[in-house]
Formats: sequence, C-alpha cells, structure tokens
Amino acid sequence: MRVDILRVENLTKRYGDFTAVAGIGFTVQKGEVFGFLGPNGAGKTTTINMLTGLARVTEGSAYLAGIDCVKETKRAQKLMGIVPDESNLYPEMTGYENLDFCGALYGLEGKERRDRAHELLQVVGLQEVAHKPFAAYSRGMKRRLTIAAGIIHKPEILFLDEPTTGIDVESARQIRKMLLNLNKGGTTIFLTTHYLEEAERLCGRIAFIVAGKIVKIDTTRGLLEKAQRGQTVQFSLSKGSERAGEVLQAAFPEYDWLVVDGQTLRVHSGKAIDLLPIMEVFRDNSLALYEARVIRPTLEEIFVQITGGEQRKMRAGGGAK
Amino acid sequence: MKAWIAFYSIFRKDMRNYYLKPPNISWGIIFPLAWTLMFFVRSQSPVDIRSILPGVMAMSILFGTTSMLAVTITFERRSRSFERLLLAPIDLNILMLAKTSGAILFGLLNAFIPVVFASFLINLAGINWFIVLASVFFLAVTSTFFGLLIAVTVSEVFEAQTFSNFFRFPMVFLCGLFVPIQNLPPFLRPLSYAIPLTYGADILKTAINGEGHLGMGLSFLILMGFSLLFFTISTKNIKEKWIY
Ligand SMILES: Nc1ncnc2c1ncn2[C@@H]1O[C@H](COP(=O)(O)OP(=O)(O)O)[C@@H](O)[C@H]1O
Ligand SMILES: [Mg+2]
Repeated sequence: MRVDILRVENLTKRYGDFTAVAGIGFTVQKGEVFGFLGPNGAGKTTTINMLTGLARVTEGSAYLAGIDCVKETKRAQKLMGIVPDESNLYPEMTGYENLDFCGALYGLEGKERRDRAHELLQVVGLQEVAHKPFAAYSRGMKRRLTIAAGIIHKPEILFLDEPTTGIDVESARQIRKMLLNLNKGGTTIFLTTHYLEEAERLCGRIAFIVAGKIVKIDTTRGLLEKAQRGQTVQFSLSKGSERAGEVLQAAFPEYDWLVVDGQTLRVHSGKAIDLLPIMEVFRDNSLALYEARVIRPTLEEIFVQITGGEQRKMRAGGGAK
Repeated sequence: MKAWIAFYSIFRKDMRNYYLKPPNISWGIIFPLAWTLMFFVRSQSPVDIRSILPGVMAMSILFGTTSMLAVTITFERRSRSFERLLLAPIDLNILMLAKTSGAILFGLLNAFIPVVFASFLINLAGINWFIVLASVFFLAVTSTFFGLLIAVTVSEVFEAQTFSNFFRFPMVFLCGLFVPIQNLPPFLRPLSYAIPLTYGADILKTAINGEGHLGMGLSFLILMGFSLLFFTISTKNIKEKWIY
C-alpha cells in the first residue's frame, strides 16, 4: 500500500528574472528513499530550501502529511529533519552539546534529550569524541553529527542535501550505511546528490533535475534497465594512434566511436559489444592496445540517454545565471 | 511549554557561548568601568557624581547591548548556524526574544556596574530603586531591539559595529544626559525627542535626582512603543530578507 507523505505541485522559484526551479511536481511515498539527482546548479538546494521553509516559494504548493509547507511552515517543520549541504552546527560547542541543543529546539525534555543524544552519538560512531568541540571534528565526523542532529526528534521525513559530497570515501560509505539503516527503521528520506552511483545504491526512486526542471522520474530499477541496455568500452592505445578512430569506425559502422584523445578511444552501442572482432582489427592494423575497459555510464551519459539530448536544449534555453 | 524549552536552551547557549566568555565579560565590565572612571574623575564634588550617574548607566546599557547583538546575530548568520534556528519549529517572535534575552540581561547588569562604584564614593540614599530598575529594564529592552534592528540590516560583524557607532554617539549627545536638551541648538531639539535614549535617561534622572522634565508614565509608554517598533521591523526584515 502506498501512502504519499510529500506532495509537490508546480513548485517554482524565481530570483528576479532567473528561474532556479521551474514548476516541478512529484510525490514522495512514506518509507521510501527518494533521490533528487542533478548536476551543480540544477536547483536541488533551492528545492529543499523551499520545502523546509528557508526559501520563499514563488509559485506552487507542497504538502507534508497533509500540512501546507508554505502556509503552515512551522507545523510542517516539526515533521522534518534537515541536513544541509554545509554543517551548520555550533563550532565552539561539543558534539554532545550540539545534539542536546538541537533536541531542545524541537521541544524535547531534559532527560529524553540527553538519552537521545547519547543514543545518536553511538549510532553515528562519535561517542569517543562526544565531548570534543565540533570545530575539531573532521569533515566526515561533522557530517555524521549533522545527520544525528537532523534525526534527534525522530522526524517523519529526513531531507539531506548532498550528504556525501566533499568527504572521504570511508565516511561516505558509513553515511550511506547509516541512511539505509535509518530508512529500514521507517524514516522516509529525501536526498539530493550529483552522484549517480549513490542514488543507485540508496534510492528506490529517482527524479532527474536539470536546469530547474524534472526531466525524468522513475524507479531506480527502471532507470538502470534502460541505462544498461547499452555498453561503453574504452581502449587505451600507444601514443600516436590517431588513425585508430577512422579505422574502427569503418570496420564497425554499427557502433558509435569516439576519439577521446590520441591514446584513448571509446565505443558505445545500444547492445552488448563483441570485443574479439575489435581486437583483431587492432592487431591487423598494428595498433598497440594496452587496455580495454568497460565503463559504467556516467551521469552525463545517462542524462543524454534518458532525455535524448533534451538536456542540452534546456540548458541553452534555461536562461543565464 | 515546548517553546519554552527551546527559549531557555537558546538563552543558555548564548550565555555560555558568548556572554560568559572572558573577552565579553571583561568587555562588559571594563567598558562601563571606563565610562564611570572617566566621568567620576572629572566630577568636582560628590553631588556631581550623583548627577552624572543616570548618564553613565544609560551609556553602559546602550553600548553593552548593541555591541553584543552584532556577535550573537550577525556572526551566527554568517556561520549559517542561524539557519538552524529558522528551520526549527519555533515561532519567529519567540525565537528572536530568546536570541535577545541574553543581551537584555547583559545590559541590566552593565547598568549597575556604575552604581556599585558610585556607592563607594557617595551616599545613594533617597533613590527610588524600583523605578530605576524598571527604567533600566525598559532601556535595556529598547536598546537591545535597536541593536537587533542593526544586526538584521547588515551582513558583516564589522558593519554592525560601525553602523551602531554611527547612531550611538549622536544619540548620547542628543539625549540630554550631558548637554541638557534646552541648551542644544533649536534645530537639534526635535531629534532629541525622536530617540528612545532621551526617555530612558529622563526617567533615570527623575528617579535618581528628581531632575527629569518629562512625565514618567509617558516616558515608559514611549520606550515600550520604540521597543515594539524596533522588534516588529526586525522580525519583518528577517522574514523578508533572510527567508529569500
Ligand atoms: N539567492 C540566489 N539568488 C540568485 N540565484 C540563486 C540564488 N540561490 C541559488 N541561485 C541559483 O539557482 C540555481 C540553482 O541553485 P541550487 O539550488 O543551489 O543548485 P544545486 O543545489 O542543484 O547545485 C543556480 O543557478 C544558482 O546560481
Ligand atoms: Mg546544492
């Protein structure tokens, strides 16, 4: 049974003449991890800011569990946990004090607040540094504490703005694990990211946002099926192999060939690529091949694939910054 | 009830993070102390000390409160931690009262530092302490909200400091504490009555020396009016400019 917890319609944000978010609409279902995926400047942060009450909505509506996020912001905020793209905790306070303070902002009473703070320090693996000032934390630790602060009041929905951007791989991995656990525990998650892989691992559904518009919403499975229908292989050759592109294009006109530079060549096809005949052509033409590697489609490529080049059109027409 | 938990926590946090930090404590003490000494040394007789006491108290309040807001509001806004407060389910009015309550208390305490000094030097008998306390409180509230207004209008700490000095010094000159209003050039006199400090200082003069010349009830009302005005404009500014 599906219950929509967040319903957004025609949400628009204009800064003067510039449209940062252009009439987007989507719903988030209770209990899911919903991904908001898009390149820098797409309007992800602006969308979160409008939903959470930090940016004024130019047009459109958003309802969280039936509460109007625009008109009844304070009521809606009770149900939200928010983890901004940059940590906004207090540098001079310790990790524990920060959590205690954030709990108080949501009206938690003394004992409840202290217990919850200790519990969460455990969850995010920071109990050892609980009494060190926040300013002394590493970026990854800061991010984890900010997440703990976001869930101190057990929100219905947790908004996370690029939770793994700018931190080390190990911390990012821990954070993804934490988020999945949190979601298992019943928290609905709304997450923005510009990493396709992250969206793939975490999200049940993904909305692609480009230049302020949602160009595609689908389940992650549905998106991947489409993306993986094709294949891209990259070849590394010896220096001075510029002619390789022409040779192979002539030999395999059914594939798309792309000369990246004098040493690198890429081939893409909508179907699986049979490598053996290609190798033979390399050999027959005395082209020294060092490596052949299957590349996962990049976000950019998937965009192009999904939107059929619409992305470029929109960028051109999307207005200047 | 829940709002009070938040209110108290914000107040307590600001106290710990800002007001009770050694630089601010010393600032809070040294500043009024310097004023006090400067004026008291210049005074020829004990009577003199008593007549300048209201002025020194009013200045301690004004400078103490307005300089703190530049830190507690402007600084937090720059470090983005203020956003956390805006994202919390707390009514903006309660939030801003919580953010200013520390400065009000700080102003109150600052006001009594000159009194403590004066008490060693002169006899403070015959002062209506209840009225003194009331006027100090309302003056602290008004000048805190004035500082708030400046803090929400600018975006840098140093701007807040510069901007408040731009107002503070003329206010001290015009409020009738050191130059009686009737001795000011006629074209400046209307300005004197447009600043809240004049009314606070007048009540203090009445309570301490019986030298005030405005009705006390009216002065209290006007102080409250200014407070309300500054507070309302400030919250409106926050809603319009910080939630953009
Ligand atoms: N306060 C603002 N004034 C004007 N333009 C803004 C403002 N905030 C964001 N923008 C613009 O809106 C667009 C979307 O920004 P943002 O939502 O931060 O993107 P994302 O989070 O997806 O990287 C960008 O082009 C950005 O420059
Ligand atoms: Mg962003």
